[in-house]
Amino acid sequence: MFGWLRKPASETQVTHGQRLWLYVFAGITMVLLVTPTLIVIPMSFSESQYLEFPPKNWSTRWYEHYFSSPEWMLATVTSLKAAFLTMLVATPIGVVAAYGLHASKVKFIRIAFVLLITPMMVPVVLVAIGAFYAYVKLGILYTLTGLVLAHTILALPLVLIVTGSALKSYDMNQELAARSLGAPRWKAFLTITLPQIRFAVVTSALLSFLTSFDEVVIAMFISGGDNPTLTRNMFNALRDQIDPTIASISTIMIVVTSIMMVLAQVFGRSKADK
Amino acid sequence: MASADIYADGLRRDERLERLKLFGLSSPAILLVLVILVIPVGWLFFVSFIGADGQFSMENYERMITRKSYFRIFITTFKISLFATALCILIGYPLAYFMSQLPNRIANLCMITVLLPFWTSLLVRTYAWLVLLQKRGLVNDWAISLGLWDEPIKMVHNMTGTLIGMVHIMLPFLILPVYSAMKQIDRDLLKAASNLGASPRRAFWTVFFPLSTPGLFAGALMVFVLCLGFFVTPAVLGGGKVIMVSMKIVSNIELFVNWGAASALGVVLLTLTVLVLWIASRFLNLENIAGGGH
Amino acid sequence: MTDNIQGALPITARNITKTYGKVHALDDVSLDVKSGEFLTLLGPSGSGKTTLLMVLAGFTRPDQGSLKFGDQEMIRTAPHLRDVGMVFQNYALFPHMTVAGNVGYPLRLRNVPMPEISQRIEKALETVQLGGYGTRQIDQLSGGQKQRVALARSIVFEPRILLMDEPLSALDKKLRDRMQIELRHLHEKLGMTTVYVTHDQREALTMSDRIAVVNHGRIMQLATPQGLYEQPANRFVADFIGDSTFLPVERHGDQITYNGMPLKTSHPVPDAASLVLMLRPERVRLATKTTKTVNEFQATASELVYQGDSYLMYATMPDGTEISLRGAIRQGTVAALPKIGDHVTLALEPSDTVLIDGGDV
Repeated sequence: MFGWLRKPASETQVTHGQRLWLYVFAGITMVLLVTPTLIVIPMSFSESQYLEFPPKNWSTRWYEHYFSSPEWMLATVTSLKAAFLTMLVATPIGVVAAYGLHASKVKFIRIAFVLLITPMMVPVVLVAIGAFYAYVKLGILYTLTGLVLAHTILALPLVLIVTGSALKSYDMNQELAARSLGAPRWKAFLTITLPQIRFAVVTSALLSFLTSFDEVVIAMFISGGDNPTLTRNMFNALRDQIDPTIASISTIMIVVTSIMMVLAQVFGRSKADK
Repeated sequence: MASADIYADGLRRDERLERLKLFGLSSPAILLVLVILVIPVGWLFFVSFIGADGQFSMENYERMITRKSYFRIFITTFKISLFATALCILIGYPLAYFMSQLPNRIANLCMITVLLPFWTSLLVRTYAWLVLLQKRGLVNDWAISLGLWDEPIKMVHNMTGTLIGMVHIMLPFLILPVYSAMKQIDRDLLKAASNLGASPRRAFWTVFFPLSTPGLFAGALMVFVLCLGFFVTPAVLGGGKVIMVSMKIVSNIELFVNWGAASALGVVLLTLTVLVLWIASRFLNLENIAGGGH
Repeated sequence: MTDNIQGALPITARNITKTYGKVHALDDVSLDVKSGEFLTLLGPSGSGKTTLLMVLAGFTRPDQGSLKFGDQEMIRTAPHLRDVGMVFQNYALFPHMTVAGNVGYPLRLRNVPMPEISQRIEKALETVQLGGYGTRQIDQLSGGQKQRVALARSIVFEPRILLMDEPLSALDKKLRDRMQIELRHLHEKLGMTTVYVTHDQREALTMSDRIAVVNHGRIMQLATPQGLYEQPANRFVADFIGDSTFLPVERHGDQITYNGMPLKTSHPVPDAASLVLMLRPERVRLATKTTKTVNEFQATASELVYQGDSYLMYATMPDGTEISLRGAIRQGTVAALPKIGDHVTLALEPSDTVLIDGGDV
């Protein structure tokens, strides 16, 4: 059974046995990576007021508390609305921008690209207080519109990168062929290019959704009043006291994220992708 | 019979129009970023030079040098970012290496353990650590039952907890670029090294490791930059004891409504971020970092 | 789809110039393609041949120039309105559609009624010998089949001009040779004006009515295959087409001499500052007896290569220049060949003695 340990594991003929420490180390790391995420799920079914694991008594009281609380429900709806709208706004704007930058021969491309990436590079706090400052002046503080706009610029870099990289490995000659056959540029894009970068577009949409849904700092500043987000309320709750309701909300968030990822796999796969 | 010259100006105009149209496709995005990010942050730059009395002053910046507490905040931020980055490298590199040596299908399965936390909400993960690291939390309970230590150790609301949480959040950001770089290393190079007489250890350190450094550097850089500006996890796991620059900015606005101070801190933070990125771009193609995050 | 394209269009290009920074991709190029002609743009990579094709297609906008299809000025027309068929080097087939989807695409764009579309698709596929392949997926096809689908797609809407950008370069030799002949047959059958781009001179010689040799963004010579081969206008063309040795010659009044030896030629001598003698390997013979009518060169056999159907011999002249000659192998040929080191006399008929402009182009 342990003869396996003496087999070579790499080009340099290191054996599995010699690498055992690496395997153990990697294994522990992977467990540590996944555990905290998953542990929230059973914790949320604990009956006790104090967070404990494993739960002594199982109950769904924290879920009931969550679903029956008007504040939490409002926050959830706000977050979902914001996330969907961000997805609907950021994806087309970003995909079209990525295409424009890819097909353009202007020297300004680099500058435009860097500019559109900055929301990812600038510390989020700065984006947050900047948006807060601007929104006070524009009068859109605590509105859904303001939230969606801010989340959109956060999501744009991701859309650009994902779509941009898909376009790079895409054969643009197909668009030329379509145009030579009689299709104007926009039609060629819609009928030929877009179906083939489907996976990237769907991934971009997913990323936009998650970016908005998960966003904390900006929401802290510009959401509230009639439009508080789930993350904002959760963060405040975390700072004040440890409410086990958060465990149930977290579980739901994990479920939502997983569903979105599965949907992305289902709708995004094209025959060309691995 | 038209002369060719007529079609020089017209062609020029056509070319310019087409270029404009293509570039125009990215204009909604550019407009958004300008209005919501560039202009407000630019404005904040000016605000940072306005003192408490509403007049132009350098007091916000002076405060950072003179007041000990501000100075300490910067030191703390740097310390934590450096430590977190170092820990990410120490923990993440071996895992990335391990995965790079596996056949693709198994490696993809292992990758799920990296991607799952990556996609899970930041708050959820931070909350999980908050619970795990408590005095009566899982870590303490298991450690004591395993005999690692006797008394529950305070691992949350301090530097330890903050570091643990941050490392956990940042690990995928390091692993993904390093892994991607490792996958691109030509296996034949290692065979060549072996054939030329290098021991496995020598082959690793003289061939494999140097070729993986661009990815490592990109990942480490990204982690470091993200740590500098990090807010959520230190705020929750630090319990107010561990104060980073981002938290000071937030408290300056939320508690003191001191836009001058907050802006100044923000400007400094941004400058540091840009500086680090610029230094790195001397050694690295910046677009690879952005692309390496996935 | 009719078997014969009605009214194939002539192409008139005038003063086409395209520069990228300092580089002239196309330098004041003018070209006339006759209606229904098969014209090849032949040149090395970077010569501008593909750029010119792209200008014809409308994908590259020149800095200046005029382009007419028939009587209509097209230089400012968008590519999708030019109604030309185009075949790309890597086929550019749409992988997310079937063969029928690909071939029917231009018809759908033109709002052709559905029943007619299926009819015309099948007709086009039959023309390229892929009848019945409509339901196949693109990734199920071989290279040669993909080629044909690309072709079918580009002719199904009956364009009056067809453009082809090195369509055969991705195929293996045997298939390529066969496709060359098939393309030629197709052209004769459909009769549309065809502009073909290639870097393979043999391909150009096989398929074309006329060839335009392109280099550095300029047309070096425009002639029939035979004209190019027999009487190249300059060194570049002579060098590009076929293998040749070039010997520098001097002009003394009416006489052309090589190393002092006067040359007899039946071809006109170009009016150029410097001249070279072009020696085609298959026109150089091993002389068995001396005659007064041929040009003779004394040399030593330096290398002999057996090539199955022919032999290739290298002979070095006293001044060190190496001449290559090629001959067919028949019964007894090999035994009669000189050995390496033997002295040989090489003969060149005056009708094969071609002098060309040796200046730089």
